[in-house]
Amino acid sequence: MANSVSHKAEQHGHDHGHHHHDLESLKTFGFWIFLMTDVIIFGTLFAVYAVLRNNTAGGPTPEELFKMPGVIAETFILLTSSFTSGLAVLAMHAGKRNQLIGWLAVTFVLGAAFITLEVTEFIDMVHEGATIATSGFLSGFFTLVGTHGLHVSIGLIWMIGLMIQLRRRGITNVTKRKVEVLSLYWHFLDVVWIFVLTVVYLMGVM
Amino acid sequence: MGQPTHGHGGHGAGHEGGHGSLKSYVIGFILSIVLTIIPLVVVMNDMMGKTGTIVLILILAVLQFAVQLWFFMHLKDGENAKWNITALLFAALILLVVVVGSIWIMTYNTVAH
Repeated sequence: MANSVSHKAEQHGHDHGHHHHDLESLKTFGFWIFLMTDVIIFGTLFAVYAVLRNNTAGGPTPEELFKMPGVIAETFILLTSSFTSGLAVLAMHAGKRNQLIGWLAVTFVLGAAFITLEVTEFIDMVHEGATIATSGFLSGFFTLVGTHGLHVSIGLIWMIGLMIQLRRRGITNVTKRKVEVLSLYWHFLDVVWIFVLTVVYLMGVM
Repeated sequence: MGQPTHGHGGHGAGHEGGHGSLKSYVIGFILSIVLTIIPLVVVMNDMMGKTGTIVLILILAVLQFAVQLWFFMHLKDGENAKWNITALLFAALILLVVVVGSIWIMTYNTVAH
């Protein structure tokens, strides 16, 4: 806990060579390209959902199925976690390692709360007889929302790994890039959720 | 959340092409909350007609996307900004072709019924 000062010193003494720095920024750019391919994955899943939306095959319709209070809670939890992951990046640039790990931990807890709510929602639906095999609408729904949930879950595992690495190595050029990339990923998932909220839930209960 | 905002902005400006300040994150957060509450209120209270609501909430979602890109992801900062934006525009083009194309074909061009 108390060795944040020594890590700060280490950070300043760290190699600021152009070569190293360029490599890290190239890796960040590479990650951005990955995110753009993820945009296309989600785009196709949104297209599938939009096309299958009215094919309920005698099963439940979106209006009957969706319970908005839980969805609204999920939305604000994820929105806040996007903000706290930004605060983590700010703490990192200020060289405050423990604060950085703290904000990542807050982000993790919010993300875990989001996933818990979502899994509970899915289990309730399945108990009501609304499974992925019930109708075209539900196949599209579970695939789209489930893929987003899977992304968030992977992000949570990644976040634990990064917090451990930050404790061990402190803020270096490499861990810096990793935190930046993770926060890009997290903001991106928040954006995807906003479209899930709009296209799936809000348009579903209208 | 009582971190000082000063010092950081000046530090960030010359360092790596900026990575935002506490102020920009707070503004982004407030804007995204407002942009989330408006569609929720409009939809839950049935305040508008169907088409109007769909258009409004889609516009607000796109605005929310812009807010996150601008205030959280700092799209315009950094040395790769030009390439980031190019890749984004390309992805957006493919996204529109896939989504709009799929909906258009399945709505107006199916032979079955």
